[in-house]
Amino acid sequence: MRKNNTSWFREKILMGRTFGEFIRDNFTIGNMIAFIILIFGIYAMIYRLIYGLGPATNLSDEYPWGFWIGFDILVGIALAAPGLTVGTAIHLFGLKEYHHFAKPVALSSLLGYVFAIFALLFDLGRYYNLYVLLVWSWGFSSVLFLVGWHFFLYTNICLLEFAPVVFEWLDLKRVRDFFAKLVIWATIFGVIIAGGHQSALGGLYLVVPYKLHPLWYSALLPPFFLISAIFGGISIVIIEGTITHKAFKHQLKDFDEEDYNKKLIGLGKAVALALYTYLILKLLDFAHYEKWHYLKGFYGFWYIVELTAFVLVPALMFTSAVRNRLVWLVKLAAVLTAFGVIVNRLNISLIAFKWYVPFSQKYYPAWTEIALSAGVITLLVLTYRFVLNRMPVLYEHPKYKSEH
Amino acid sequence: MELNRREFLKGLGVLAGTLIITKPSISQAYSKGDAPSIYATGNKANEKVWKIYEERKKKHLPPPEEPYAVLVDVSKCIGCRRCEWACNEWNKNPNRPLKEFEASVHQKPSVFDKIRRPHAGNFTVVNRFYTKEGTPLYVKRQCMHCVHPACYSACLVEAYRKTPEGPVIYNKSVCLGCRYCMVACPFDIPAYEYYDPITPQITKCTMCYDRIVEGKVPACVEICTAGALTFGKRSEILKLAWERIHNNPGKYVHHVYGEKEVGGTSWLYISPVPFEEIGFPAVDETPIPEYSERFLFAVKLFEVVGAWPLVFGAYYQISRSRKKKQSIKEEKGEGYEKK
Repeated sequence: MRKNNTSWFREKILMGRTFGEFIRDNFTIGNMIAFIILIFGIYAMIYRLIYGLGPATNLSDEYPWGFWIGFDILVGIALAAPGLTVGTAIHLFGLKEYHHFAKPVALSSLLGYVFAIFALLFDLGRYYNLYVLLVWSWGFSSVLFLVGWHFFLYTNICLLEFAPVVFEWLDLKRVRDFFAKLVIWATIFGVIIAGGHQSALGGLYLVVPYKLHPLWYSALLPPFFLISAIFGGISIVIIEGTITHKAFKHQLKDFDEEDYNKKLIGLGKAVALALYTYLILKLLDFAHYEKWHYLKGFYGFWYIVELTAFVLVPALMFTSAVRNRLVWLVKLAAVLTAFGVIVNRLNISLIAFKWYVPFSQKYYPAWTEIALSAGVITLLVLTYRFVLNRMPVLYEHPKYKSEH
Repeated sequence: MELNRREFLKGLGVLAGTLIITKPSISQAYSKGDAPSIYATGNKANEKVWKIYEERKKKHLPPPEEPYAVLVDVSKCIGCRRCEWACNEWNKNPNRPLKEFEASVHQKPSVFDKIRRPHAGNFTVVNRFYTKEGTPLYVKRQCMHCVHPACYSACLVEAYRKTPEGPVIYNKSVCLGCRYCMVACPFDIPAYEYYDPITPQITKCTMCYDRIVEGKVPACVEICTAGALTFGKRSEILKLAWERIHNNPGKYVHHVYGEKEVGGTSWLYISPVPFEEIGFPAVDETPIPEYSERFLFAVKLFEVVGAWPLVFGAYYQISRSRKKKQSIKEEKGEGYEKK
């Protein structure tokens, strides 16, 4: 029995190598960098757990939410929306020609949510009370309650969507088939749940009309968050696809690059559409609430920068890329769009939040806060690579080829 | 060999030590100019008050005919800070001798040089502002005990309650420590025990719920000899406030802060200068919870009623058109296209 066990471990986890070989093969510069980031990240985690939020962060009574909420949760969840966008398009709207993306997309959403929640545990002062939220103390009047429950539900949905791949890897055909049938239902449920909580993350800021700068505060915050999650999510699909197809070339034997590029341009078209919708809504909001006089000063300048450099410019880039069939431009615009989502979320949660406070007294993250977030991202990337190396994500499992 | 290993282990220990034992000392933080009350932990006042609330609920004790309120007359406050001392004393927060509090009004430099706010170890503060003529005004701040509390509506585990007596109270046993209540509060009142790593809690003024259910007045009101604080039923307090404004023409601005702000509060203020000049936020009459209520209703409506037919309709339409395409192809003799 024990012998059998070790051979399973060797086959599935070490990919047929001995432990020594495994270590030697992974002794690369990239891994060393990851290892160093992880040391700092884990140090920050332990430091936070032992000494509390006060010593470990720059948070204060004035700034109760900092980098961990702004980046790990608001940015992290927005960029973990590939499942909501591309996954839905494939499973629900029958865009089968994009099926190539289905499994990587399910994986990135799953890992995005799992690691965002993992990071969140360090921000919660009483993380061990989290079960209370699920079991009996329900604050129905809270937007955060909706967010919390939807995170929980959606993580389970992502698990369901990815489960067939795991069982293909474990070679359990019956279990795999059972879950494969559930995927469509999970997707239907998932699109509703994901749409709900992506907008609810914007809804969190509806209660701070006096603290968030009027240029960013709007009754339309929920749709803004939802739409930006859509273009952010698809951008991540483009970026991630580009990287994984370079790094895992050996897994893709019958890979049709031309066809793949065509798909990327198709995705670019979708991002452009979402970006224009977002821009029009933003302008509508701007005109309706008559925000002209806020355009003076730093915040006005910064608002214009956000809207032009990170929404209008990428939208034009995508348009030009789609028209002229320029794949490199699609990729570049995707990077800019994803970066724009990061800027937008940090603006709302940190920079334009309590905008009346002078800059000298504003919150800025402590190094431990950044280290922890960097550590969590590193863990995410390593896990992603671990799974891609072992499970049939980028390619079809030979046994189940006919069933996709 | 043995020695080498020992030295190696020693080195490891030193390394681990330098990494871990760098807890910032409180004196270090003092030098940054932070208020010491930020570092306080383990206050029991909020917990005690919650227990009394639960017990009273269990015994089905009748609520008072009307919620209570406190009137703060800014023009009468002399800045003696005795209310701060009494509050610390009653709620067992870290305290200093009463004389030190009373002295700060004449001291230079004094605590008044900085605008302060409540922290983990103090539930109320008195700040000093100057009018255009240069006369000092002393303004006591604490939880406003909103009629429609933002903290309550923001809390995802219902750790807050608005009691029928008026106070808004907090239950740490279900709290997750997410601090969304602090984000939501329009007056920036709830404070957090940032220096407690395991059981941090929110702390805030309880309006001395434990005292008023026994028929007493809040500790700060009791000690105030300047006549700046008056406790009573909210409607009577409101009447008193307007009476003072009308009976002393020119002395007060025509505004009772808290009468309508964010839907009304249980602490009411009258002042000789506009409230924006003494540190109060200019807020609408809309209760903060209303901002999220509308959205939550829309989301629930969409998720429970709207989305399902839409999604299924789309799915049905698409699968039907796909089948059509497929059957056309089959008729033409083409197989299902290779993916």
